[in-house]
Parts: sequence; structure tokens; C-alpha cells
Amino acid sequence: MFESFDATLLARIQFAFTVSFHIVFPAFTIGLASYLAVLLALYLKTGNWVYEKLFDFWKTIFAISFAMGVVSGIVMSYQFGTNWSVFSDRAGPVIGPLMGYEVLTAFFLEAGFLGIMLFGRHRVGPGLHMFATLMVAIGTLISATWILSANSWMHTPDGFALNESTGQFVPVDWWKIIFNPSFPYRLLHMVLAAYLTTALVVGGVAAYHFLRGGGQRPEVRRMFAMAMAMIVAVAPLQIVAGDMHGLNTLEHQPAKVMAMEGHFQSHPDGAPLILFGLPDRDAQTVHYALEIPKLSSLILKHDLNAPLAGLDTIPRDQQPPVEIVFWSFRIMVTLGMAMLALGGWALYARLRGRLYESRGLHRFALVMGPMGFVAVLAGWVTTEVGRQPWTVYGQMLTAESVAPISAPAVAASLIAFIVVYFAIFGTGVGYILRLMKRLPTVDEDDMIDSPLRTHGITPGPANPDRVKEHHHGA
Amino acid sequence: MELDLPFIWAGIIAFAVWAYVVMDGFDLGVGILFPLYPEKHDRDVMMNSVAPIWDGNETWLVLGGGGLMAVFPLAYATILPALYAPLIVMLLALVFRGVAFEFRWRTETGSRRWDVAFFGGSLVATFSQGIALGALVQGIEVENRAYAGGWWDWLTPFSLATGCALVLGYALLGASWLVLKTDGVLRMEAQNHARLALFGTLGAMAVVSLWTPFLHYDYLDRWFHWPTVGFSVVVPLLVAGIALLLWRGLTHGPDWQPFVCALGLFALGFAGVGISFYPHIVPFALTIEEAAAPAESLGFLLWGAVVLIPIILIYTGYAYWVFRGKIDPEEGYH
Ligand code: HDD
Ligand code: HEM
Ligand code: HEM
Repeated sequence: MFESFDATLLARIQFAFTVSFHIVFPAFTIGLASYLAVLLALYLKTGNWVYEKLFDFWKTIFAISFAMGVVSGIVMSYQFGTNWSVFSDRAGPVIGPLMGYEVLTAFFLEAGFLGIMLFGRHRVGPGLHMFATLMVAIGTLISATWILSANSWMHTPDGFALNESTGQFVPVDWWKIIFNPSFPYRLLHMVLAAYLTTALVVGGVAAYHFLRGGGQRPEVRRMFAMAMAMIVAVAPLQIVAGDMHGLNTLEHQPAKVMAMEGHFQSHPDGAPLILFGLPDRDAQTVHYALEIPKLSSLILKHDLNAPLAGLDTIPRDQQPPVEIVFWSFRIMVTLGMAMLALGGWALYARLRGRLYESRGLHRFALVMGPMGFVAVLAGWVTTEVGRQPWTVYGQMLTAESVAPISAPAVAASLIAFIVVYFAIFGTGVGYILRLMKRLPTVDEDDMIDSPLRTHGITPGPANPDRVKEHHHGA
Repeated sequence: MELDLPFIWAGIIAFAVWAYVVMDGFDLGVGILFPLYPEKHDRDVMMNSVAPIWDGNETWLVLGGGGLMAVFPLAYATILPALYAPLIVMLLALVFRGVAFEFRWRTETGSRRWDVAFFGGSLVATFSQGIALGALVQGIEVENRAYAGGWWDWLTPFSLATGCALVLGYALLGASWLVLKTDGVLRMEAQNHARLALFGTLGAMAVVSLWTPFLHYDYLDRWFHWPTVGFSVVVPLLVAGIALLLWRGLTHGPDWQPFVCALGLFALGFAGVGISFYPHIVPFALTIEEAAAPAESLGFLLWGAVVLIPIILIYTGYAYWVFRGKIDPEEGYH
């Protein structure tokens, strides 16, 4: 099946596949770690057991997601060398230290305190347990900061010189490298995306329990209210952040924006916004385009008649794959609008006092539950495919980056990754869904697929109403 | 005084790799020993003895790999393609065992399956690491800043031998960890397994050590000429001494003694490899100097390493301290 593929294409597919699996977990664990810290802080402050129940409920789900995030991440950090060795040799001096700092400041912090957060509650007491939970949450954010700095540098490289004899990028100004032009936008957009994704999942789980008749329970209500409040606040912010990100991209990677917009032709006096259509790179046009005149110029230049260059100004071999970028961008934006609509509906229901009653809202929230992941993946596809044919924008081509590996070797490893990832992470997602299906207060026996259960969680110290104790191995 | 940045970094990377080898070594070792303890109860205890710390242990692998890319990008870019197959297999094996820590508790009917995944993942990951080490010791062909060898160069009798050696070594680490962390019958069984693993490890160390000088003239020269021949005499004596202490620790000593001695054995083996390699980082192809990143990269990351690694060691130590002592079988999963 892979005979007609060359090693570069296979390496790209493998990278895209493994990183797409990986990003799904951070998108969830970054938000969930912060949510857990908030729940625990609220519990310690108010003593309200609802927060504790919710903490316990989401903690187990977090642990499983985190484990999958870790193992898929370790694969990523070795893929740069196995599959993109030329890139690693040349760009390593710049992005290597950024990832090195990620390990030193974030990964160790997360890993060091994760054990205490998950297992050490009754060993260290509530104060230190809170501290550990906070450290894990902060660790995920630090991690996002460094990796997005590295990734953004590949999009908008700055602060480097080229060593002619080795071909290496040599760092000149670390400040400019870390705070490269697209980094603040990408960081903001991605962290908001993680918070939105988590809020949608939490809201979706609560909505599921509403629809299943669990709506009287205070935990379900609290969960839903918190998630909807988050969406009301963050969805509009995300749209603003995305718009700013787009303007930044227009400045630094105009070809990507042309592809997102589907602008093959230049428009000297006001470019239309193409809502939908079928981009065709061979014909260099968008078939059946449904467009609103001049709107694109208004959005991108804040002027109806501003001229906008099109892909006709870019050599054919430097155009990104327009079809993919065009569609992935539309998926993301549509979902962003849908999230805004969910927030608006929830706000409206709240004002009318029907937040816990409106079945329509609950159905919508349930459908939107997984949509954060779809938007995140669509966003990354837009970003990364839109960068093609470059790995380091304007400096190093993807075709030059690949390791001297043979197609059969990559094909074999790609097949192995596909089989293992679907089997393992599929099972993990299945376990997570099963955990989500039980009510937060329900007995721990429901967490596994058998009525006979011998292990369970150890109750927290300040939880007198928990009478049953389950221990495994006892 | 001018700081020799590449040399300092070689030391830091070596430390990270050693830290990885001993720390993940014992939790991989616990996985390797799994089939010898068929009782579910024992396995629960074994799993719980490493569950809170395995992630931190594995992070040293990320530091070793990520750090290599940052400070010796050329080494990273030649070693990793050369070891393509064993590394991919190792990564996949680590996926299996990593998720087993969580998945195992999520199912009753399938928990056996995750026990097998934990054992198989641990064994295969260890074996691949051993093969990778052996392949590196054999030397890697580099031309024009790229790996120039074949796709199966890593597979030789020697690398298979180092693969087996590492499995035995990690089993020793794992068994002595269990002696330290468990009680009763489980501890007694672990003592027996540690004795067996000790013999195996010493035998494997002897085989690999006798074999290595014949792989390449440089090794022969290094091992049997002044001043490094000093090590060739001292190291085996130290190994014998520590092995004796380990043995005694298993019958008479405090329960930490076997584990600490096992760490010592690994440190010696590691030092042996280091002495043989120096000044190369990729044997016979690239020296530490040649592979080093520009001074700007080395200096920038060095700040972080000097400040942060001690802090990391402190809070990692704290996490171990929190979970110190014998595992209480009554104390459950989170
Ligand atoms: C926006 C955030 C983000 C992005 C774009 C990436 N990651 Fe990631 N990564 C995280 C956010 C994160 C995290 C939140 O810190 C994780 C996810 C879940 C977890 O366990 O930690 C993590 C885990 C994680 C680990 C395991 C750390 C450990 O041992 O604890 C490694 C080695 C990587 N990642 C490496 C990468 C590489 C090489 C990436 C690029 C190709 C990458 N990540 C993209
Ligand atoms: C985590 C979310 C990410 C996703 C979903 C993602 C997605 C993708 C996709 C789909 C491709 C293939 C593009 C193509 O071949 O047409 C790609 C390529 C690549 N990306 Fe990303 N990416 C992500 C993050 C990153 C990060 C954080 C980095 C760097 C630190 C990175 C570096 C690369 C490299 C080196 C390639 C290979 C060369 C290339 O094909 O451009 N990516 N990514
Ligand atoms: C509707 C409003 C939105 C707009 C206008 C927008 C705009 C953009 C643009 C222009 C990019 C590409 C940046 C580049 O690489 O040059 C992007 C990337 C991305 N988007 Fe959005 N976006 C929106 C909504 C969302 C939503 C709702 C999510 C997720 C919940 C999301 C997640 C992402 C991610 C993860 C990326 C890739 C990382 C990055 O480059 O920041 N976006 N977005």
C-alpha cells in the first residue's frame, strides 16, 4: 500500500499522525489540571463536599489522560531525531535548548508532583496536596509555553544567524528567538483552546447526566454551571485571539492566509470573503465560490477597499496545499462560532433561570462535548499544512529536513504506530468514557467493568460522610 | 579560566542517562519480574511501589534525548537514525507499559491483559535499550554529517548480548527495589530473585567486558595501556567488592543495602563505558568537540541546567521521601 510513497511523505504522515494523537491529550490535560486545582482550592476554602466529589471524579480521568499524554509525548521528542535528523542537526542549536528548558522547568515539575497529587493526599496533608496539584497545573502551562515558542520559531524564525560551513542555525539573540513574532498569539490561542476544550468536555458530561435524569444532583449542576460560565467567558476571547493571530500571520506568512481564504487571485480593490467553495490548485481557482464582496479586506485590513495579494504572487512550488488549509480553517472557525452560540444560549437560559431545565441546551452541550478536540486538530492542521513547503519558514524546506531513512523502514514504523495507537489510546478513551458515565457520587464499584472489585480510592481526611472504604489487594 | 562547555555538557548528559538507567531501570525491572509473581495481590503491591514515581523516572529519558538534541545536535542526528528500529520498538514498548499503570485498575476482566502489557513492555523496552547501547559501543558510521551505515547494522551478536545483559541488570535493580519496599513472603522471594539476577548480571558484565576490547582497536588500546589500564584493574575489583556487599545485604544487611549496591554496580559499568568512549560521543565517528552545538546554545542551556537540576533533584527526592518505607498493601490506588 505504501510502494508509491517516498520516505519524506511517509515521515510527514508519521509525524502528523503521532503529533495529532499527542496534542489531543495536552489540549485536555492543560485545562483539566487547572480545573482540578480550582476545585480543590474551592473545597479547601468552603468545605463544600460537592467540590471534593468533583475533584475525585475528574482526578481519575485526568490520571488516565495524563499517562497517555506522557507516553505519546516521549515518542515525539525522539521522532525529531529518527525521522527529521537533518532538521535536528541544523535547527537543534536553536529549538533544542527551548525544548531542553521545557524538560527542566515543566516535565520534571509535572512528573515530580503528579505522584503526590494522585497518591499522596493523606500522606502530606491538605496544604501540600493543594500545592502539588497547583504545581502540576502550572507545569502544564509552562510546558505549553516552551513548546509553542519552539514551534512558533519554526513559523516566524528570528534572532539567529546561519553558519555556512555546518548549515546550522546559530542563536544570536535568545530573547528574539523565544519571543518570536508569532509566539504570543499562538500561546494565547492554544491555552484558550485548551481551556475551552476542557470546559466543553466537562459541560458535555454534565449535560449527559442531565439528559439521563441526574439533574437533581448538586454535583452535576455545579459542573454544568462552571463549564458554561467558562465557555461564556472564553469563547469570545478565543475568537478575538484567533483574529489577532490571523492578522499576525498575514504579516509574516501571507501565503498561509491566502490559502486559508482561498484567494488565488489578487484583489487590488477589496477582496471578497469566500464562505464556501471547492478550491482547485491545478486550475488555481475556487469553484462554486459563495462569497461576500469586500468582507475579507474589511476583516484583514479593516478597510473595505484595501488591496489584497493572492496566490498568483507566490511561485507554484511554494504554495501550501490550499484545499486542506481552506477546509481545516473553516471547520475551526465554524466550531468557534458554535461554541460562542453555546455560551450565548447558556447565558440566556441562566438569566431566565432555566439553566438546569432546558433540554435543548443540554442536548447542544452534549454534542459540543468533543468539539474542542476537533477545533484544536483543525487549527493545528491549518497552521502546519499552511507552513508548507517549509519546516523553518523561508529558511529550510521540509524536503531538506528529512532523515536519510529508507521508505520501508518508515512505512513499517508508521504501520506499527497506527496499530498500537488506535488499540491503546482507543482502549484508554473507552475507559475514560466509562468513568464519565457514572455519576460523581456513585459508588466506586461502578468504575470498573465487573461487580466484584477489590481496590478503590482512599478517602480524603476531611470526608466524614464517606463510610465505605475500598482497598485493593486487601 | 575558560570553561570547556562541550566537556561539561558531556558530563551532564552522561549524568542524565545514568539517572535514567538506574531510576527507570528499577521500575522497568519490577515489570520484568512480573511473571515470577503470579498472585494478583503481589502484583498490586509491586505496581504501587513504583506508580507514584515512574513518570518522574522516565522524564530523565526525555532529558537525555532532548538534551542531546540541544547540545550535541549532530550526535542526536546521527545516533537516532542509526538506531531507528530499536528506538521505535522501545518507544512503542514504553507506551504499553506506561498506560498499564492506569489501565490496569480500570478493568477487572482485562487486568491480566494489562499485566502482560506491563511485563512485555518493560522487557522489550529494556532489551531495545540494551541493543541500542551495544550498537553504539560497536561504533556508528557517519559521513557528511549524516548516518551512513545500513538499516540492520545495529543487529549483531554483541548487541544482542548487551540487550540480555541489560535485562538481567534491570531485573537486579527491580528485585533489590522490591526487597527495599516490601515485606513478608514477597520480600523473601525478591531476595532470591535478586541473588539469581546478581549472578546473571555479573556474568553478563564479564562477557560484555571481555568482548568489548575485541570490537575495536581503540578499546583494546584504552583498556590495556597506561594510564587507563589502571581502571581496567580497579574497576573489576570494585565490582567484586560491591557484589559481595550486595550479597551480604541480601542475607544480613539493612534492606537498603542491596539496592544501593546495585546502583553502584551500574555506576561502575557506566563509568567503564564512559572511559572507553572518551573523547568520542559517537564512537570512532564524532568527538564531543565535533558534535557540540555552538557556544551560544551550550551557554544558554547551561544556566538552566546548573540552577534547575539541583532543584529537580530536591523535589524528586522529596517525592521519594513522601512515599518512603514499606508499601502498605492496605493503601490503595488514588
Ligand atoms: C500546547 C501544548 C503542547 C504541545 C503543542 C506539545 N505538547 Fe507535549 N506535552 C504537553 C503539552 C504540549 C503537556 C501538557 O505538558 C503534556 C501533555 C500531557 C502530559 O502528560 O504532559 C505533554 C507531554 C509531553 C512529553 C512527556 C513528558 C513527561 O515525561 O512527563 C513529551 C516528551 C512531550 N510532551 C514532547 C512534545 C513534543 C516533542 C512536541 C512537539 C512536537 C509536543 N510535546 C507538543
Ligand atoms: C501539537 C500539535 C501539532 C499538530 C497537530 C501538528 C500537525 C502537523 C501536521 C499535520 C504536519 C504535516 C504537515 C504536512 O506534511 O503537510 C506537521 C508537520 C510538522 N510539524 Fe507540526 N503539529 C503540531 C505541533 C508541532 C510542534 C509543537 C512542532 C515543533 C516543535 C511541530 C513541528 C513540525 C515538524 C518538524 C513537522 C514536519 C515537517 C513538516 O512536514 O512540516 N509541530 N505537523
Ligand atoms: C472563530 C474564531 C477563530 C479564528 C478566527 C481562529 C483563527 C486562527 C488562525 C488564523 C490560526 C492559524 C495561525 C497560524 O498558524 O498562522 C489558528 C490556529 C489554531 N486555532 Fe484557531 N481560530 C478560531 C477559533 C478556534 C477555536 C474555537 C479553537 C479551539 C478550541 C482554535 C484552535 C486553534 C489551534 C489549536 C490552532 C493552532 C495553533 C496556533 O497556531 O495557534 N481556534 N486559529
